[in-house]
Amino acid sequence: MTRIVIKPKGKLQLINITEILRYRELFYIFSWRDIKVRYKQTFFGIAWALFQPLINMIIFTIFFGNLVKIPSGNLPYPLFVLIGLIFWTFFSGALTQASNSLITNENLLKKVYFPKLILPISSVITSLVDFIITLVLLFLALFFFHTSFSLELILMLLTGIIITFFSALGLGLLFSSINVKYRDVRYVLPFLIQILMFLSPVIYPVSTIKSSLKYILALNPMTGVIESVRAVISQTPVPYDILALSSLSAVCLLILGLFYFQSTERFFADIV
Amino acid sequence: MKPIISVKNLSKKFQIREKLPYYSLRDSLTNLVKGFSKPSGRDSDSFWALKNVSFDVYPGEVLGIIGRNGAGKSTLLKILSQITPPTSGTATLEGRVASLLEVGTGFHPELTGRENIYLNGAILGMSRNEIKGKFDEIVDFAEIEKFLDTPVKHYSSGMYMRLAFAVAAHLEPEILLVDEVLAVGDTQFQKKCLGKMADVNKKGKTIILVSHNLDAIESMSSETLLLDTGKVKYLGKPNQAINTYQSIMETKNKDQGIIKISTNQLKWMGISNNKELLALLPNNDITFKFQLKSRMQRLGNIYIDCALFNERGENIVHTKSKFLGNGLSIEKNKRFQIVYKIESPKLAPGIYYITVYIYNQDQVLFWIENLRACRIINKTYFGNTYYFEDVKSCIVPKFSVQLEN
Repeated sequence: MTRIVIKPKGKLQLINITEILRYRELFYIFSWRDIKVRYKQTFFGIAWALFQPLINMIIFTIFFGNLVKIPSGNLPYPLFVLIGLIFWTFFSGALTQASNSLITNENLLKKVYFPKLILPISSVITSLVDFIITLVLLFLALFFFHTSFSLELILMLLTGIIITFFSALGLGLLFSSINVKYRDVRYVLPFLIQILMFLSPVIYPVSTIKSSLKYILALNPMTGVIESVRAVISQTPVPYDILALSSLSAVCLLILGLFYFQSTERFFADIV
Repeated sequence: MKPIISVKNLSKKFQIREKLPYYSLRDSLTNLVKGFSKPSGRDSDSFWALKNVSFDVYPGEVLGIIGRNGAGKSTLLKILSQITPPTSGTATLEGRVASLLEVGTGFHPELTGRENIYLNGAILGMSRNEIKGKFDEIVDFAEIEKFLDTPVKHYSSGMYMRLAFAVAAHLEPEILLVDEVLAVGDTQFQKKCLGKMADVNKKGKTIILVSHNLDAIESMSSETLLLDTGKVKYLGKPNQAINTYQSIMETKNKDQGIIKISTNQLKWMGISNNKELLALLPNNDITFKFQLKSRMQRLGNIYIDCALFNERGENIVHTKSKFLGNGLSIEKNKRFQIVYKIESPKLAPGIYYITVYIYNQDQVLFWIENLRACRIINKTYFGNTYYFEDVKSCIVPKFSVQLEN
């Protein structure tokens, strides 16, 4: 029989696995709800998940590839920018939705109990589903540009997904809990995401940057992810130093996010 | 027997700040580094929503919680549901808890009825298999079969409520916490909900029920907790709790009437038989006893008009002492009582307000309005049914229905 003891202040726990597991169905339910609702009453439905990176790819190719002629190594610019874009879309979408997940579900916070951690995690899962759909676009592009497909690519994509997931979740947890108290986050976030995009090698390769600055850029987890996936596709050596630094940074973000989230969680219902 | 819910000295303090302090991201981050020190509020700016509340609930009991608005009922349920933490004290709950603080929590207007059943069920803590097993029962109870695949934004509010309650009613935790959900829907639906809750209770589940519906509290609960300004005022027999609650309401009731005209010839002292006017049957005679005091002058040939208004402000009864004959007279410097009796008026259940108007041929001597006067309880005085259902009329006369060929 379950026994619940309610006390003024529980001990701080980074993550309560048994409890999260007890409510595991909510991950599925919330993600399912968000995906369902997102494409309700749209004509193209889930195809919108494809259009976004596709249209961006076309625009970026015209402006940055053809007009500005940004170098893209030995990859054709459309493929080069698409790799950056699909990961970036995943990261920015996940971060935005995770950051707003608590306030958009304000009513739930006030009326039912469940581990609140589930809300931001579900938002990231929802974005992951969109990302998996956009992978179709990547595979089509690989086929179109006659690029080889390897097991190494699959492994690198998986690594990229995990790093992106962790870093978007970590930042999302931090912002979502701040958002409960200060709605400023909603206004700050779009700018932050824009700045972060220019700090990530989405439209340019890291090789254009002075090598001393390279490691600072690598603190942005997306740098490692995008650069490494590109390296595998273009069959050049993977920059493991950058990837390692980016992974470390993602883990730090996750711990920071979890820590802040869990320490403020109990009072969400009172201040939201 | 061991209590299933044990609450010990539970308190909850809220900070009230006239002006929200300025917080910035920077402050939060400094706090993060400093180990989450909370900004300290002065104690004078805080108030206790709950103060040292203790009680035990045993398995299979229904605990009713009553109290005025702001007495701490909802805060208590929120703490027991783990939505908000207490400031001090502990509560131990032995078993799975489901709380129903609102009907239709998490319903999404864009999703269909079917989808919302799964969504809402999961949010309230049911597993998918549990929901699947009860799906037909839920649809049956809600009476929405035809609209199962329509987005709920197209539902009528009645259908919406029925569906929402149907999901919640099929929860089967060991402990069910219910807040004021009976305030919605029509009388028939409310009755259905009460019936369903009684069924749940019969299966041995423990229920805590917060409601303003005193009839429901009286019929459902085995123990009743009366909260007042965050403290336990009474815990025990439902009817005793309700009586105490009503006397609190009476003494704290601010609308002791509005004196429209008062002269130096009469002084108003109040109604003297408050208590007996709190629970009248529709067919009871109603006797009001007003206390007044005359001043320096003997008053002759005065008339008294009385009018009763219901909660909607409709004038239900209007009588003039003139109808009965000549004016009355009052000696000077004397306490006296006006005894106003209405014979078996058969008023519909509810609360009634009285207006008293005293005058002679020269002037109005005294005029008081909106004085909370009596409460007619919802009990029929004829036939087989016990309660009036869906009665919209102002009076509920004795009647007969016969078929003649």
